[in-house]
Amino acid sequence: MTAAPRIAIAGNPNSGKTTIFNALTGLRHRVANYPGVTVEKREGTLAGANGSITLVDLPGAYGLSARSPDEEVARDVLLGRIAGTRRPDGVIIVVDASNLERNLYLASQILEFGIPTIIACNMMDVAEQRGLRIDCAALAVALGVPVLPLAAARGIGVEALRRAMDSICEYIPPPRAWCLSRPFEQAIERAAAAMAASGATLPRATRGGALLWLCDYLSGERAARASAERYLAKVSPEPANELRAAAAGLSHTHEDPTAAAIETRYAWISQIARQAVTRAKPAGEQATPSATLSDRVDHLLTHRFFGYVVFLGVMLLMFVAIFSLAEPLMTMIESAQSSLAGRVADLLPEGSLRSLLADGIIAGVGAVVIFFPQIGILFLCLAILEDSGYMARAAFLMDRLMSRVGLHGRSFIPLLCSYACAVPGIMATRTIENRRDRLTTILAIPFVTCSARLPVYLTVIGAVLPGGIWLKGLMLFGLYVGGTASALLAALILKRTWLAGPQPAFIMELPAYHLPQPWPILRTAWDRSKVFLSHAGTVIFCASVIIWSLSYFPRLPESEVPNVRTAAETNTAGSPAAQAEDSSEEDDAVENHAAAAQLRNSFLGRLGQAIEPLIEPLGFDWRIGTGLLSSFLAREVFVSTMGITLAVGDADSGTHALREKLASATWPDGRRVLTPLVGCGLMVFYVLACQCVSTLAVVRKETGSWRWPLVMLGYMTALAYVAALLVFQIGSRLGIGA
Amino acid sequence: MKRTTRPLADLAPGQSGRIALVGGPPEIRHRLLELGLTCGTLIGLIRVAPLGDPVELSVRGYRLSIRKSEASSVVVEAD
Repeated sequence: MTAAPRIAIAGNPNSGKTTIFNALTGLRHRVANYPGVTVEKREGTLAGANGSITLVDLPGAYGLSARSPDEEVARDVLLGRIAGTRRPDGVIIVVDASNLERNLYLASQILEFGIPTIIACNMMDVAEQRGLRIDCAALAVALGVPVLPLAAARGIGVEALRRAMDSICEYIPPPRAWCLSRPFEQAIERAAAAMAASGATLPRATRGGALLWLCDYLSGERAARASAERYLAKVSPEPANELRAAAAGLSHTHEDPTAAAIETRYAWISQIARQAVTRAKPAGEQATPSATLSDRVDHLLTHRFFGYVVFLGVMLLMFVAIFSLAEPLMTMIESAQSSLAGRVADLLPEGSLRSLLADGIIAGVGAVVIFFPQIGILFLCLAILEDSGYMARAAFLMDRLMSRVGLHGRSFIPLLCSYACAVPGIMATRTIENRRDRLTTILAIPFVTCSARLPVYLTVIGAVLPGGIWLKGLMLFGLYVGGTASALLAALILKRTWLAGPQPAFIMELPAYHLPQPWPILRTAWDRSKVFLSHAGTVIFCASVIIWSLSYFPRLPESEVPNVRTAAETNTAGSPAAQAEDSSEEDDAVENHAAAAQLRNSFLGRLGQAIEPLIEPLGFDWRIGTGLLSSFLAREVFVSTMGITLAVGDADSGTHALREKLASATWPDGRRVLTPLVGCGLMVFYVLACQCVSTLAVVRKETGSWRWPLVMLGYMTALAYVAALLVFQIGSRLGIGA
Repeated sequence: MKRTTRPLADLAPGQSGRIALVGGPPEIRHRLLELGLTCGTLIGLIRVAPLGDPVELSVRGYRLSIRKSEASSVVVEAD
């Protein structure tokens, strides 16, 4: 028995490809990433007349050269070059009827692969509104495969496409109908023969594959050339040499064969379009057609004043949504987590197993799930912005500002999201096509003041900073400004040095506006959130359990735990009556001291003590060190760890006892630890340091290797250390805030 | 009538012309060609972004945004 037939859906971005995929597959689909790249891999199934069919949604592409990761993946899937993924048995090419010529460019390239093809001419309704009549029958004659009219957003034509898929094997496209120059054609023949001999490419696809390979190899572009070289490395030496020889011959006769091939292809496409498209309005050929509704909307949204008013409003709305809509859900998750932990505590006897379950595993799962509301809402917002066409306009409005620090207009929204949390911010960088721009944005994001830093800042400012509410407010504002400035500065420096390269192009389609449809948007948001949960979630969970075990083991022997009597004696000096009244407080105090002693003795506490010599020049003692280490789990954990080391018990940023203890903690020789100067140094450290396992996990996921998260951790920690060192050393020499 | 050629970036909003030449580094030249900015194609400048860069173009029935630096490597014959 043969496996279910695989049919790929290919098309330009914004051609309605995903709408058709959703309409065909319904709920039966799954999302993953292609190996090594963050290109989404979406597969679904549908019932055909001859059994079930697997449908593969290819990433959107304008062409099949390796100019972007999306395009390279689309091509490699079609040619069966992706490990573990079978070559599709057929392909549905979605073209946008309202924008036929550019869409036919990709379609004609795919047709040359000789894979059985159906063309879905989508958005016929939009084309009609613009006064364009598309003759699908004429297109089918010119292209040699069926062309079906669709308006998938309204569900029109989807059923006909579904029926046509049953006989897709019959629709084998004819060979390329247009000709290049004689030497060019000879080079293609030679390269195609070599490809056929190598056996790495399907016989029917060799001529199309050869043309693409020659254009990539001789393009003069780094990415395309690298991709062509990777192909050579895969075939045996003989055909590889033959391919190189064909390319060398072609480079003698053509200065820029890539450009020549594109121009000739477009000439053929224009000819087809002239036959198949008629304009209802006798407007003739016009570069600036009469204003459509989309144009009028655009006029407002890119207006020099109202454009920014709307933009700020949209950003504010999104920010508020991420911050506040997620809040009640996050509180619910937290309370569910603590009630579950409480249940476990009730059921199990005190001991390692109970603590592992309650403080390790349940807390670990909680640490992952807690992100779900924020991530879900962010992806929902992004899907709406993307689907409506506004995302491209936001980039259009902001590009000038972002280009000052060497970034792309599309970097703005991810940076903004990062004020809530770096994790969704980093995930939002997916809309940046250029890899170098994307990396720069990812590396700059953790500097942005995320919401987890706020409890740390509030605690430290509250504990040690003198002065009224204005000075404290100013300090907090300064910390936000500092975070933003260091993010932009980091981007600027990275783009000038390490990630320097040719000025990346800002070439972006401004798709026509359309009302986003609720169902596909919810689905996209849900799919992406799920992928986050399964990938980054694993790392966050493991880190949580590791940090738990570091802070739990080794246990102190019973005899060394400060016992009730001594603690009670030191803590209460009042009358017996008062003593009785305070007994519950006493118990708490005793428990808190026991917890403090336990943490001091744990691996984490010992680690904190071990790094004390290292952080002493910063003015930090081992308790702050332990807090710093534990806050790798999440920055706000610093507050609760300080609560334990200072024997305050459960603490949050509003706990006055913690602030007082922090302010009065001393070194063994009696000097205060957290002077205002050290407090400033500590906050500067938090502005700059990458104290967040979740961020590192998501960077690992998005960049596909541990290299970038480690680089990020290294340079941010070094920066934070040096900055805090300078603050403390210079400050104490000058005698400030001692 | 003699036609004058000039960089696409120099068109005023609302003006259009035919593409005479696409220059620039290969990454940008080939991408622009692929997007349909081939020689002889009619192209119009719709508007300039409020901060002065990038520009919005109309070509082959759709809208494209590129920076002025890229637009200056495209030469058009103004109508």
